[in-house]
Amino acid sequence: MNSLFYQKNSSRNIGDKVFTSLSLICVVIAILPLIFLVTYILIKGGAQITPELFTLEPNPPGDDLDAGGINPALIGTLIITTIASIIAIPVGVGGGIYLAEYSKGGPFSRFIRFGVNVLAGVPSIIAGVFIYALIVSTKILFGSMYSGLAGGMALSILMLPTVIKTTDEGLKLVPNELRYASLGVGASMYTTILKITLPSAFRSIATGVVLGIARAAGETAPLIFTALFSYYYITGFGDLFYEMGSLAVLIYNFALEPYDAQNKLAWAASFILVLSILSVNIFSRILAAFTEKTKRV
Amino acid sequence: MIKNTKKTQKNNILSLEDVSISYGKFEAVKNIFCNFKKGDITSLIGPSGCGKSTVLRSLNRMNDLIPNCSLKGTVLFDGTNIYDKRVDPVEVRRRIGMVFQQPNPFPKSIYENIAFGARINGFVGDMDNLVELSLKKSALWDECKDKLNDSGYSLSGGQQQRLCIARTIAIEPEIILMDEPCSALDPISTLKIEETMHELKKNYTIIIVTHNMQQALRVSDMTAFFNAIEYEDGDGGKVGYLAEFNSTKKIFSSPKEKTTQEYISGKFG
Repeated sequence: MNSLFYQKNSSRNIGDKVFTSLSLICVVIAILPLIFLVTYILIKGGAQITPELFTLEPNPPGDDLDAGGINPALIGTLIITTIASIIAIPVGVGGGIYLAEYSKGGPFSRFIRFGVNVLAGVPSIIAGVFIYALIVSTKILFGSMYSGLAGGMALSILMLPTVIKTTDEGLKLVPNELRYASLGVGASMYTTILKITLPSAFRSIATGVVLGIARAAGETAPLIFTALFSYYYITGFGDLFYEMGSLAVLIYNFALEPYDAQNKLAWAASFILVLSILSVNIFSRILAAFTEKTKRV
Repeated sequence: MIKNTKKTQKNNILSLEDVSISYGKFEAVKNIFCNFKKGDITSLIGPSGCGKSTVLRSLNRMNDLIPNCSLKGTVLFDGTNIYDKRVDPVEVRRRIGMVFQQPNPFPKSIYENIAFGARINGFVGDMDNLVELSLKKSALWDECKDKLNDSGYSLSGGQQQRLCIARTIAIEPEIILMDEPCSALDPISTLKIEETMHELKKNYTIIIVTHNMQQALRVSDMTAFFNAIEYEDGDGGKVGYLAEFNSTKKIFSSPKEKTTQEYISGKFG
């Protein structure tokens, strides 16, 4: 009869300990790059932050020692991401609603779900090349070639699958009883979705949308083909149809320059980009927590 | 099985004529003939899997929401076959309300839970008044009049169910369908709901599915006993049918069918 006390030397308990420490080591290795990356960028980039950074144009490389600021790229990233959201959110939420609420799980919706998964796996550079072929090289947008608008479209392709999937999955989590309740008091499908199911799924949809935005904001490859880069201030609506700078492309361009001033500017831009994506993610968490609280009144 | 009364009598508000309902290939209930009288409480009883909930849901086209569910036969409401192609199921559900097995208030305030249905049905008038009236009819007013702006989820299960009844009353349906409304509730809440039903009987026709035979005896005027028999080809599947339909008194005191007698005395089910 085995004793009930804990046996340090039994092979089972040793194996258990070995396995626990192994998985602990793995998790530490997994998290290390994140910690190093964030601290490195915070230290390297944080040192470059000055008020002028946010207001000045970047100087062309090589002229003098002062690299200028990242104002056009910062505004450009905001604009391009906004354009992407304006396209991807309505289309994505609408598509998700169709999948979750209207399609009855037939072959068509299975095909769409499969397609969305494929789209989510498409390398971002392909989205850029696609928009390049469709819009940039054809000059279909009022004769403009590289433009902020085209950049926004490329990013919207990357956002779409995230938004569709989270909407679809968020709506599927809403209990059917709630739909029956609404339909049972004589609501149409449309009222039910708009007034009952969508608000109930708001939290997960909003989280998905915000994560999609965060992903799009950091993309470089699709923008190289579509929005290209610009050194100059964005002054008006017409600038949408011309080359537009963005933080990601600025980092790509200036990190490769041989000049120290430009490299520092790239570090500063990395700092701003990482910080803004981090804060967007934190914002989505707060949003989630907030909506959950109001639901449970 | 009861005989087909071809002529729909005047005080019949809802009639099933040779209704069979299937889920895909599988037939759930078969050849139901049944007339529900206006102003009565009719209870549907029977063992699990005999299709009473299926029949209930077919009465306001809730089965439309279940994929593969199809119905053969006629359901006459107010002289119209509600399964006619021209009929709008949304209109049907406005006139035949439903209370579900699990209390399912909307994730909104108590007030909004009631106002929602009324508003989407184009109610114009004093909403405060309607909310108060509906809550009074469902015997919930005294318990929640001071917290109308609290979430519907803040109520207890029994209160939530009465809120769901109030919500259904607020759209002024002609018939209220209840699918085992008390099965998730404690005995005291159950009694309250039953009192509410007696109150509601004055204005509405109620059809209730219940597993609780005492409840059927307490609340209903008419009782329909459903049973299930195995398919003739004998592969173990069961199909439901209406075994006996009569006044509650007769069903419980002198049932005609042997199976009814066995079921109400607790021999199976």
